[in-house]
Formats: sequence, structure tokens, C-alpha cells
Amino acid sequence: MTANSQSPAPLRRSIRRRRVRDRLIEALLLAAGLVAVFTTLAIVWILVVEALPFFEHVPLRDFLTDTMWTPLFAEPRYGILPLVAGTLVTTFVALAVAIPAGTTIAIYLSEFASHRLRETVKPALEMLGAVPTIVYGYFALVMVTPFLQKLIPGLPGFNMLSAGLVIGVMIVPYVASVSEDAMRAVPNYMREGSYAMGATRLQTAMRVVMPGALSGIAAAYILGISRAVGETMVVAVAAGLQPNLTWNPTESAATITAFIVQVSLGDLPHDSIGYQSIFAAGLVLLIVTLAFNIAGFALTRRFREAY
Amino acid sequence: MATQTIEVNEVASAMRGSHAGGTDRLRVAVEGERAVAGGAAVKARASGLNFFYGGTQALKGLDMEIRDRQVTALIGPSGCGKSTFLRCFNRMHDLTPHTRYEGSIHLYPDDIDLIAKDVDPIEVRMRIGMVFQKPNPFPKTIFENVAYGLRVRGMRSKALIEEEVEKALRDAAIWDEVKDRLNDSGLSLSGGQQQRLCIARALATNPEMLLFDEPTSALDPIATARIEELITALRERVTVLIVTHNMQQAARVSDYTAFMYLGELIEFDVTSRLFTNPGRKATEDYITGRYG
Repeated sequence: MTANSQSPAPLRRSIRRRRVRDRLIEALLLAAGLVAVFTTLAIVWILVVEALPFFEHVPLRDFLTDTMWTPLFAEPRYGILPLVAGTLVTTFVALAVAIPAGTTIAIYLSEFASHRLRETVKPALEMLGAVPTIVYGYFALVMVTPFLQKLIPGLPGFNMLSAGLVIGVMIVPYVASVSEDAMRAVPNYMREGSYAMGATRLQTAMRVVMPGALSGIAAAYILGISRAVGETMVVAVAAGLQPNLTWNPTESAATITAFIVQVSLGDLPHDSIGYQSIFAAGLVLLIVTLAFNIAGFALTRRFREAY
Repeated sequence: MATQTIEVNEVASAMRGSHAGGTDRLRVAVEGERAVAGGAAVKARASGLNFFYGGTQALKGLDMEIRDRQVTALIGPSGCGKSTFLRCFNRMHDLTPHTRYEGSIHLYPDDIDLIAKDVDPIEVRMRIGMVFQKPNPFPKTIFENVAYGLRVRGMRSKALIEEEVEKALRDAAIWDEVKDRLNDSGLSLSGGQQQRLCIARALATNPEMLLFDEPTSALDPIATARIEELITALRERVTVLIVTHNMQQAARVSDYTAFMYLGELIEFDVTSRLFTNPGRKATEDYITGRYG
């Protein structure tokens, strides 16, 4: 036995103590992770349970094919299509702004900007995401809409174009920031390989960095889409609250979220069909978001170039 | 051999004399055809090359000539500036902020100064290829990896690209291993194959000069041997400058060797002579393993 060796018994005790502590902490971490999973499951569960009575009154077929959504009228109609159309139109207008702008900003910040500029611009950009959405809503209504009315004569005071554009601006920071993180995660030896072949910065950004960062960029887009689909205040304030089956962004229409907030603010009795209809609408909202997510992941897997 | 050594030293002292205010370090430039057995033309010449990272001087007054279609090895202990020197040749330092070149590196026969401010680094990199320490194929197919430089240059013809890609893969001695899997990812290859793919990528655009930055330090001995063979064969068509930690490798693959220490060029000579009969104590200490 050398001087610094320990007898086995205390050694084993110490190991046992550490093992118990490890297991405790592992259990704690698992519990924390499960909170998120259970919350999601609970939300889905409640949506389904509350929506079921709705579908006892309204045939699924009518729900999916009727072109009118008037649950609060004397002669109610329950076609979800106008709300889905409103949601998709505002979302696509928003993405038409956010994806090009966000991606361009991300490429610039990641591949062109100096370190100092990046460290100044990025926090400022992220601050845009901290502006309350109600502020964006009124921004759309009192600033953007009057401006658009000058360009497009006859544009109604409430319209999806204005709401969609402003949602787009609102989600630019998310798209830009997450995309930029993904691009910067592409290892530098990839860039060096490209530059050493005589590629320009832009070629390197487009041919090596972007494909390498594609899964992260797609995650940024999906985050942006989810935000746009779920956005409530801007559309409630600026797009109008009249369900209207149209694909024309210059018209006024309601989205799923706008309808939900409108009904929730009313004084409908809990067991009325009108009340239950918001759960049906919520379920559709969830499915729309999920569909975008799945499509995004499928596309990513098809095109990404993992390093 | 002995007479040649004397000639080198004569030239060296002549050079030393020509540099007003020159320090006591030996500035060696093997001049013209005189000192070199079967001497080749000069492909590039560094003169008074200083390089700075911010306020730190990493290269100190380097004067050196690179021979056309010969292999020149740069050896020296870690941090001696050999990679820094190598990366001056294709202006890789331009990508790092707060770096500065002084002096010149002339490329012949057209005599452009590679590090001059008005010379476009893109042009320099189109003429001088580079192979890195860690194999860094792009996460693209084997074919697209080799086609990259051609596409970057705007080549569109599919037939022409295919032809050049095959030629480059053959030249890099990897064609037989990949010809049936050109659409697999470049990352599906083994480390040694990846490095040969990177060599093919660099060769596809017909560079005048190839820079190798410790190209085998991440590879096993068999893969290393194949790369060394390849480098030896490449000498037929391209000027090679190689940084290596491995002195046996320098001895095996190179025609000329430069020994660098603390940012200075200590000794430059024909490889066989530098290893058997080093002119400087520091060189001898290093190649006999007394430090570094």
C-alpha cells in the first residue's frame, strides 16, 4: 500500500453517494423535460375533448366544405374555409416579406458584416421582436393602411395585405436571428475551402454556407411560419373581423385566431355551439401549424447538406 | 556537393551585403541556375516579407524563392510562421481582420505581386490552389466537390465539367475508388480519400501552384504514403509548396526545404543538402530532434 491509496470501504461509500446524487438530478431533469411534453399533450387533449360536442352538432363535412362561417348569426353556418383562407393569406403575405428580408439580413450579418457591426445590429434587430404585437397592430391600421390606400385606390380600411406586411416585419428578427446562428455554426474550414477555390463571398455564402446551414434556416422559417399563423393582435386590429372566403389580400377577412379572440371576449354560455366552435377552430389552427412544420422538416431532409 | 554548398554561401553573403541594414540572420536566396542541380526557373519570389496579426509580427523579413514545378517544403517548430507564410501565397489572411502584409511575393512568369493591395485575392486564389490540414470536402456529392471551382468560375457546359472532373479525379489518384459513386457525399469517404478528393478539387481548375498545409497530419500512415506519392507525381505539372511537421516527409517529398524559426527563414537549401549538411546550428538542432 502506498501512502496516498485509500481503503476500499470509504471509496465505495463515496462512489455510492455520488451515484445517488446523479440519479436524483437525472430524475429532476427528466421531470423538467416532461413538463413541456405534458403541456402539449394536455392542450391537444382539451382541444379535442371540447371540440367533440361541436362536431356532434355540425357534420365534419359541412365544417370542411361550407363557404360561410357565421356561428353567431340566427341561422348559423359552420364552414371553416373562410377562416383558413384568411389565415393562409395573411401568413403568405407575411412570409413574402419575412423570408427574403430575414434571409438577406442573416447572410449579410453572418458572411459580410464586420464583427463590430454584427454585434451592434443583432441586438437592435432582436429588439424589434420585443415590441408588443398590439403596437404592430395599430401600426398596421393607422400607418401602413393609409399609406397602402394611396398606392391601391379603393383599399378598405381593414385588409389582409396591411396586416400581413406588418406581421412580416414583426417576424423578420426571428427569421434573421435564427438563420444567422445557423450560418455562423457552419465551420470556418468550409468557408476557407471555398475561398481557396477562388469563390467570392457571395458564392461562398450561397453555395457552401447556406446549404450547410439549411436545417437551421428551415427551422427559422418554420418558427416564422408558426408565428405568422398564430399571430392574433395584428390581424384582429388591422384585417377586419368579417370571415370572408377570399384569396385576395386587398380584401378584409378574419383569421382563425381573430375569430377565437373575438368569441372569447364575448359572453357566450359555456355549452353553446358558438363557444365550442372556438375549440374546433383552435384544433384547425394546430393542424395548420403542424402541417407547415412537417412539410418544412420533409423539405429540409430532402435538400440539406450536412457537414 | 561541397562546391555547391560553397556557392550557396557565396550567394548568401552577396545577398546579405545587398540588403542595407540587414540583420545578422542569414538571408539565403539560391540564385539562378548556379547553385541548383538541374535548376528550374523561379515560380515565385518572396522579398522582405513581413506579416502582422494586429500588432504581432509573425513573419520577419522573409526572402525566398520557389522553383517552378518543384516541391518546396517548409519545416520548423510549431508557431514558427510556416503556415502563416504559406497562407500569404493565396491571400488567406485577407479573410482575417487586422492583418497586414509588407514586402512582396512575385509570381512568375507574369511578375505580379501576389500581396499587392491592387491585386485581387480572388484572382490569386484562382491561380494558386490550397489543400488544408483537415480534409474539408464540401457537404456535397463527390462530383460536385470537384466541379466546385469550375462552377465558381462560371463554367456551365455539363460535358466539359464532367470531363474536367474525371481528369482531376484521375490526377489525384482517386478515380478508380470513386468512379461508381460520384453522387455519394464527399463526406462518405475515408479521411485519406477525402484529402485526395480535396486535391482533386484543387487540381480541377489547373492551378499554377498548390499549397499544402500539413496535408497528412490527420491521416494514418498508409493514407499518408498515398498522399506523398501523389505530391511527388504532381511535381510534373504544378509548383508545390508544402508545410509539414514531419521531417521525414519533407525529406521524402521535397526538392527544396526551408527551415523557419520564430518567424524568420533560417536556412533554405536543396533538401538533400539541408538534411545531410545543414549550414546553421539551429537547423541541425531541429533536424536532429534536439528541439521543436
